Amino acid sequence: MIERYLPAASTYAGEVDFLINLILVLVGSCFIVCEVVFFWLIFRFRKKEGVAPEYITGELKSHKRWITIPHMVVLVFDVIIVVFAIKVWYDVKQDLPPADHTVRVVAQQWAWTFAHPGLDGAIDTADDIITVDELHVKVGSLYHFRLESRDVIHSFSVPVFRLKQDAIPGRVITGWFEATMTGTWDIQCTEICGIGHGLMPARIVIETPEQHAAWMAQKSPLSIAAVTAAPSAEE
Amino acid sequence: MAETLTAASSHGEHAHGEMSFWSKYVFSTDHKVVGLQYMFTGIFMGLIGGFMAYAFRMQLAFPGVEVPGYGLVSPVDYNALVTNHGTIMIFWVAMPVLVAAFGNYLIPLMVGADDMVFPRLNRLSYQVFLLSAIVLICSFFVEGGGFGGAWTAYPPLSAQSQYNLTPLGSSLWLVAVGLEFVAFLIGGINFITTAMNSRAPGMKAYDIPMIVWMIVVASIMFMASVGPLLAGAVMLFMDQNIGTAFFDPDRGGDPILWQHLFWFFGHPEVYVVLLPATGLVADIITVFSRKKLFAYRTVLYTVFATGVLSFTVWAHHQFVAGIDPRMAHVFTVTTLLISIPIAEMMFVYIATLYGGSITLTTPMLWALAFIAEFLIGGVTGVFLGASGADIYFHDTYFVLAHFHYTFFPIAIIGFYAGISFWFPKMFGKMMNETLGKIHFWGTVIPFNLIFIPLFVLGASGQHRRIYDFSHFPNLSAPWQQDLRILATSALLVMLAFQSVFLVNFVWSLWKGRKAGKNPWKSNTLEWTAESPPPHGNWSELPTVYRGPYEYGVPGRDSDYWPQNEPN
Repeated sequence: MIERYLPAASTYAGEVDFLINLILVLVGSCFIVCEVVFFWLIFRFRKKEGVAPEYITGELKSHKRWITIPHMVVLVFDVIIVVFAIKVWYDVKQDLPPADHTVRVVAQQWAWTFAHPGLDGAIDTADDIITVDELHVKVGSLYHFRLESRDVIHSFSVPVFRLKQDAIPGRVITGWFEATMTGTWDIQCTEICGIGHGLMPARIVIETPEQHAAWMAQKSPLSIAAVTAAPSAEE
Repeated sequence: MAETLTAASSHGEHAHGEMSFWSKYVFSTDHKVVGLQYMFTGIFMGLIGGFMAYAFRMQLAFPGVEVPGYGLVSPVDYNALVTNHGTIMIFWVAMPVLVAAFGNYLIPLMVGADDMVFPRLNRLSYQVFLLSAIVLICSFFVEGGGFGGAWTAYPPLSAQSQYNLTPLGSSLWLVAVGLEFVAFLIGGINFITTAMNSRAPGMKAYDIPMIVWMIVVASIMFMASVGPLLAGAVMLFMDQNIGTAFFDPDRGGDPILWQHLFWFFGHPEVYVVLLPATGLVADIITVFSRKKLFAYRTVLYTVFATGVLSFTVWAHHQFVAGIDPRMAHVFTVTTLLISIPIAEMMFVYIATLYGGSITLTTPMLWALAFIAEFLIGGVTGVFLGASGADIYFHDTYFVLAHFHYTFFPIAIIGFYAGISFWFPKMFGKMMNETLGKIHFWGTVIPFNLIFIPLFVLGASGQHRRIYDFSHFPNLSAPWQQDLRILATSALLVMLAFQSVFLVNFVWSLWKGRKAGKNPWKSNTLEWTAESPPPHGNWSELPTVYRGPYEYGVPGRDSDYWPQNEPN
């Protein structure tokens, strides 16, 4: 259902979409059967002159069957859904595969700050590339994100990854993603965070390793220093 | 004073003959007047809540446009509007109308009592409720404007004015909500004790009409769940105003704690308003299909199961909120479990129609619409209860459409079902059927046209509480904006059709056909009293001989068998 509106761009997006489709089929069929029976009964048992209503207590076993069988169907469907839901949840949220890279995501009223590792491959060092409202990642690399908030609760949502995680002030929450296709997509804040909540859009730029290297070369604090140093040398 | 000491103190008043307008309609202890006070206050608040929906839906369809009757919707306004729309519709519309109005009006009449057990507490309950509504309305007009941190009021946003920028608005909002809880705690005591202690002779547990059972269970659930939230509200108030740090992470507090307290109440609350609606639907479909309720006891068991389970599901609102990921498994299991009793209740209602003799009167249409629409709300909830799928759907318009498909059938369809069914009893006149049906179709069709597009938008990733989606390229496709315009247009149509109801209401009060005692040929006790019932309800209290749903009993001349009729 979701792929019709938004591509699946992470390794686990397909899993989430499969679960959603599974639920759609299971509860959708229950729903259709219920509504069809419901409208058929209304149509079939409209008042007719000379036809008295039946007296059915519903307490007999033979009557109760009409409730207990659908009841068992719902139970079985629930069990199937629970199994798949837990599997997906485990893969996305509970399991943390080893990372190729780590980024820091900081939410505040009303902007996102992203710290990307520089050429040394680690964050919290002098050559971190800090951007506002734009996250650059490489396709096919597994990223950990360290999510923080400076003030109120925000929520880091990347719909194209099927990823969402609240940012809680005072905590660092770690999660992961691995992009499977290139492109530029929305990052949303999905928890109301004050009057600028609607003004917290950011973008995720998923690049090939070559594009990413070029972007890093352009943005790296060291290369910026080189660029700014160059004209002064000419003087 | 002597009067208060006598056993009949609660009805001391009728001995005095004609009462003044004030003591009859304003400071009355009569359960019927209190019920109507709740109902009219609820309708009034519903108009405010509907107007807010109009203002922010206009902004979403036509961003930046001056909304007729409101003006420009700024981001500050937008947040305050959605926050207070949610708060009002749940606490000042669904609660007073479904629980308090129908509970107050119907419980004594349906169990055969002359009034509530504690009539003065009942009056106090309404007075506190009215005060809470006034405080809430005042909060829109103070400096900084109304609170805009969502009806869930998550701290630190709600706790610290440097973040929410509404220092007074957020405190007044909290005080109003707290007072509302107090009102319903007081009222709930009455519902429970009256149904337990004041039943007519002969009325055994399984002879009680379903709506009475449902309101009693709802009141018990409310009382059991509201304590933690009231404690949380006091803590939040102190965080806001005297500098405590219960929810402030910089000073040792924990913002997630509020979410647990809030949703520990918030989820049972859904069922608190759901149960009265399902109860009145049971009463209405049995009357208009001339059928005994299918498996009365099963319905009761599903209610009890729902009531108990509803206390174990709250953290499904917090899957991605930063709780331990392992906790999600437990709450997924309990959440999907709760689908079973509720689904079973719907099966029972559908089965009740089998073999019936169905007349599609206005109240019956509303009751049937409740079942048809609530099923959509029910099945879409499974997507959100399943932890893995909720990662995507959490805080999108899919959630919003889902809960409107539960709350709208509950609060709006349920209310219209109840009022069109009991209007003859409340006011002694019949409502106009033609106007009633116009209003019905003019409400139900646009309702679906509002929220089905919002399901689609939610599935496409549209997140909530955003005043203008043009900042999000993935949410700015022309088809998405078209769906927003469709939803808003449908809302305008639906709101316009509500005037048909108001006209019908007023016209029927004046010119409606006289109803008589029992226009629907119903079995329950309220239909044996005069329409409208006098203070004290009956000159001689009824005795009960059988259950409430003995319709179409074989071998009888008439197809109904009132509860009070000796064989």
